[in-house]
Amino acid sequence: MSIFVDRATRLVVQGITGRDGAFHARQMLEYGTPIVAGVTPGKGGQRFEGGVPIFHTVVEAVAETGANTSVIYVPPALAAGAIAEAADAGIGFIVCITEGIPVLDMARTLPFVREKRARLLGPNCPGLITPGAAKVGIIPGQICAPGRVGLVSRSGTLTYEVVNHLTRNGIGQSTCVGIGGDPLIGTNFIDVLRAFEDDPGTEAIVMLGEIGGTDEQNAAKFVSEYVTKPVVGFIAGQTAPKGRRMGHAGAIISGSSGTAEEKIQAFEAAGIAVMRRPLDVVDLVRKSSRPS
Amino acid sequence: MNLHEYQARSLLRAAGIPVPDGEVASTAQEAGAIAQRLGGRVVIKAQVHVGGRGKAGGVKLAENPDQAVKAAAAILGMSIKGLVVHKVLVVPAAKIASESYVGLLMDRETQRPVFMVSSAGGVDIEEVAATRPEAISRFAVDPCYGLLPHQALGLGLCLYDDFRSARIAAGIMQQLYQVFVAQGVQLAEINPLVTTPDGDVLALDAKIVIDDNELDRRPDLAALRDETAEAPGEVAARQAGLSFIKLDGNVGCIVNGAGLAMATMDLVKFYGGEPANFLDIGGSSNPEKVVQALRIITSDPNVKAILFNIFGGITRTDDVANGIVTAMGQFKVNLPVVIRLTGTNEAEALRILERIGMRAVSDMDEAVKQAVALAGEAA
Repeated sequence: MSIFVDRATRLVVQGITGRDGAFHARQMLEYGTPIVAGVTPGKGGQRFEGGVPIFHTVVEAVAETGANTSVIYVPPALAAGAIAEAADAGIGFIVCITEGIPVLDMARTLPFVREKRARLLGPNCPGLITPGAAKVGIIPGQICAPGRVGLVSRSGTLTYEVVNHLTRNGIGQSTCVGIGGDPLIGTNFIDVLRAFEDDPGTEAIVMLGEIGGTDEQNAAKFVSEYVTKPVVGFIAGQTAPKGRRMGHAGAIISGSSGTAEEKIQAFEAAGIAVMRRPLDVVDLVRKSSRPS
Repeated sequence: MNLHEYQARSLLRAAGIPVPDGEVASTAQEAGAIAQRLGGRVVIKAQVHVGGRGKAGGVKLAENPDQAVKAAAAILGMSIKGLVVHKVLVVPAAKIASESYVGLLMDRETQRPVFMVSSAGGVDIEEVAATRPEAISRFAVDPCYGLLPHQALGLGLCLYDDFRSARIAAGIMQQLYQVFVAQGVQLAEINPLVTTPDGDVLALDAKIVIDDNELDRRPDLAALRDETAEAPGEVAARQAGLSFIKLDGNVGCIVNGAGLAMATMDLVKFYGGEPANFLDIGGSSNPEKVVQALRIITSDPNVKAILFNIFGGITRTDDVANGIVTAMGQFKVNLPVVIRLTGTNEAEALRILERIGMRAVSDMDEAVKQAVALAGEAA
């Protein structure tokens, strides 16, 4: 079992003929991800790698192939439009890898996605992987292994570091999810924690946070109230400088400066076992799991 | 991207928000000439990208042009929190009856632009927020409709009991929202928004931060960047497509990915060292980026050892290793270097590096321990 993507995933790749889109589409195909369609406006009728049909629009791709999940590798200026297009075409789960989307574009697009009852992961995220079943995004498949630990993270390569420790020590994953580091994102820690809590295939959860904002504190509160499964957490940026901050609004809005100490305290108060370094994930997950 | 006060003022003024006269000067003589033109008492304000200018001595009152020259001479060239002042803004000293705060920023939680206003404006607004949060009113704007007139009036009435002032403030809120949307603003502040004894409402100081992601499609905004106002290493890093923040330690860190870069700094500290910087080279294995990263790191005399930490996901680590070899050939480094590479094609990467006699390991903890020890020996 897993969350968000599995063997029933029918994936459409938006931007499949672009440099990044083509490269990662190949990687996803090699992993065995069921890619049923690609979309590049102007290249409808062609085929990707001689097999995957390409369409001008997502709505055509859905009608012809029954695609139910989309991954977006479209340049930043066009990416918010691509998200809206996928939601409008009835895609239920949309993953946006693109980095650099203006935040005002996202402020206008997120309500549209919700109105269409779609879920967006990202933008500016590495995507997700259900090891052995489906890789949607850019998380390298070879460092993951099927298993029963769910992982959710705000970062990319730090996720790889932690997953690698798990896999090398024989601890597989149900699904690894990168939610992305942008200010406005479609799926937050709480959404993923709730999905892992409800997933019978997930026995323990690893949550990797960073300094800044209050998402981790909110997630910690959610864990203490709703999550029954053991949670192991990490906060990157304990040594980060305070920065030359301009203006007061950021501190006023959150009532918090978002430091690592604040977040670690919130984790500990919620009963989350806190890793001091990435390597600690192995012992803490082993300790937290029920003896089998 | 931070704008200077004078740049923010001109964006507000162009939108119709009442902003006092004033001009920017790069020399004390220019400042004196502006004071002469304005007549009367003036305020000389350092134009620098940090908060707390006033408390650091970067804002001075001058009774006449002569004093303005002296004040500007004192402020120009001074260093505030590590940044040198190259420009001053000269504005008439306003008569102030009341000071309010108006802030507008994109809020992560509501995912909307949120106004925050308070009749207790001025330099201590953060203390107000901490001790009397009820003194700050908030309103989240629906980006599909913008700030509607009755909503703006409601905000104005949070600031002023006097209806006339409230209505003027409401107009200013709507104009500020227009600027926010039209200029891709991430954060805008008017602090203080003042009333004068004559009944005027004026934006006396303004801060604007532009969303960096807007700059590609907005060359007009990108042109507002003042590189002389940024820390030199950070300018070079941005031009090379790197993300860099200088710190005070002696272990120079070159890492791919921001989260892993922060975790690497934390691990340096965990093993008893001090990181010299945050540096994220992103997903590229381009040797030019590695050269630039080395150039920036080695220009810091505090650095005693250099630590690479590369987790090759989609990026092939043998490509990165070749990048490092090329970079080392182009650029002589006289410091110990520890390289951690793991992920795709790791074995080949380690062979490439060992061929030129470089230390290379696949384990992050091991690499950090080595780098900390080497920096300790050299110190």
